[in-house]
Amino acid sequence: MGAGERVAEETSQAESGPGGILSVQGIGVRLSGRQVLDDVSFTIAPGEFTGLIGSNGAGKTTLLRVILGLQAPDAGRVLVAARPRSRRNPLIGYVPQKFLLDPDMPLRARDLVALGVDANKLGVARPSRTRRESVEQMLAAVNASAFADARVGTLSGGEQQRVLIAHALIGRPRLLLLDEPLANLDLRSAHEVVSLLARIAETQKIAVLISAHEMNPLVEAMDRIVYLAAGRAASGRTEEVVRADVLSALYGHHVDVLRVHGRLLVVAGAGEDSDLAGHEVAFPTAEHDP
Amino acid sequence: MRGLLAGEPLAAIIASGFFSSEPVQVALAVGAAVAIVSGAVGVFTVMRGQSFAGEALADIGATGGSGAFLLGVGPLWGFVVMGIAAAAVMELIGIQRPRGRDLATGIVLGAGLGLAALFLYLDATHHDTTGATVTILFGSVFAISSSTIPLVVALGTLALGIVVALYRPLMLSTVNAEMAAARGVPVRVVGAGYLLALAISVALAAVTIGAILSTALLVGPAAAALRLTKRPGRAMLAAGVIGMAATWLGVLLAYDSYYWPPKEHGWPVSFFVVTLIFIFYLVSGLPARWRGRSRCSRDS
Repeated sequence: MGAGERVAEETSQAESGPGGILSVQGIGVRLSGRQVLDDVSFTIAPGEFTGLIGSNGAGKTTLLRVILGLQAPDAGRVLVAARPRSRRNPLIGYVPQKFLLDPDMPLRARDLVALGVDANKLGVARPSRTRRESVEQMLAAVNASAFADARVGTLSGGEQQRVLIAHALIGRPRLLLLDEPLANLDLRSAHEVVSLLARIAETQKIAVLISAHEMNPLVEAMDRIVYLAAGRAASGRTEEVVRADVLSALYGHHVDVLRVHGRLLVVAGAGEDSDLAGHEVAFPTAEHDP
Repeated sequence: MRGLLAGEPLAAIIASGFFSSEPVQVALAVGAAVAIVSGAVGVFTVMRGQSFAGEALADIGATGGSGAFLLGVGPLWGFVVMGIAAAAVMELIGIQRPRGRDLATGIVLGAGLGLAALFLYLDATHHDTTGATVTILFGSVFAISSSTIPLVVALGTLALGIVVALYRPLMLSTVNAEMAAARGVPVRVVGAGYLLALAISVALAAVTIGAILSTALLVGPAAAALRLTKRPGRAMLAAGVIGMAATWLGVLLAYDSYYWPPKEHGWPVSFFVVTLIFIFYLVSGLPARWRGRSRCSRDS
């Protein structure tokens, strides 16, 4: 058995073990004197589709940065396939928060996807058929073949997301992290991106961890939710977590969970100890795409 | 060569003795090397939005160039040493952060130009090198000694080597630094390496067309090339060709201008090179405009 096969086998054993593909254990982060994350723990199994939900400033991006190794935690540890994560972990693919891509940047969608193969290597990539074919396959997998030769900066928000997902997936990760990929997308594009990710999670057994401030577009696809509030997290199946008692404990004051036309809304409860009574706590509402 | 051209239409354009003149040969060789390096580095400069850093490094190069005159050393050494030192200070102040970029550049630029003012004053008043100011700021490619060519080629190869070696990590960190960091790219090291290549490239351009004008050679051909192609490798090639065309044509026109009014005083090469780059840039926008127009007429 070659070294590569041995690693692959060990990795697959580790993934199916109790730690899953990702195990976040008691993570605490203080930034500029503020406790951004406090004892955050959860586990994700291979192929699981997990929503990391929380309002702006809840610590979603910080948590993703800790998992990526870009932010050192003050407490706790992160295990990827049962091993402490290293700086460059090929098991993790990453799609960053929406950023501006210059329309004049001379980079076609296919070039950006190809950079996902070996961008950390020195020198210019030698043209190879295998490389070209794997880029083509990945573009087709995210329905991006039609605009593969367009400059990435000229694509629409949804198209750019699909190209960035292809870029992250071409390195064959076991865990895909996406930071607010639905922000600024219209409902139809958001729905397309979620269906695409759910399909990838299911067919390729890639665990997906997707952060969002609005949970409704994800509810149907989510196997698990990690709900962040006030730096703390509750995780489990949606119906286990998005409940008045669980979220009230998390927020530290009473909240109600309402179901309106199939959408979940978390609003501050009218409890005596709440100074937010009657106001919506976490999420702006949006029509759930049928 | 003169015999070859006699009676041909080229003879009207290329003045006699052009190819046999040693200063012309040196100018063409240095111009070609510098244009190729500027093209490759310039494409990244435009993509990373670091034209201001390039301009600052060039202007600060004037400090080194004028200092070199004071010490009696070749100005290229002054341009290179000072440019690299300035790039290092910019890196330490925080050029790697998008918000710190302009600040770091501006602070180092101000300090450097103050020194340049002092050195140029000393050059002019104490060292009887009255031509130093014009040579350093606006260049005099015909005055470059042929013994400088090996140094130009060595430095050019080094800058080009850095860009080629860092191509993939630099490209990804140009697209998005966080994505690159997540892929294990040491973003700061890569950025510093690129800044070193930029400092060298700008120093080479400064010796050709002067410190003040050197960004024209860095940014102009690259910006024109980026309008013509959507692939970075091709853009670098096109930028090199455009830069070389502008430099060679500039040298030719400057040589011819010896016969233009006022007679017996050739016009500066830098003027021609920079003007040609500007014209190339304007022309490079035409294909896209034509495409847009034909699309409009098809739609209507």
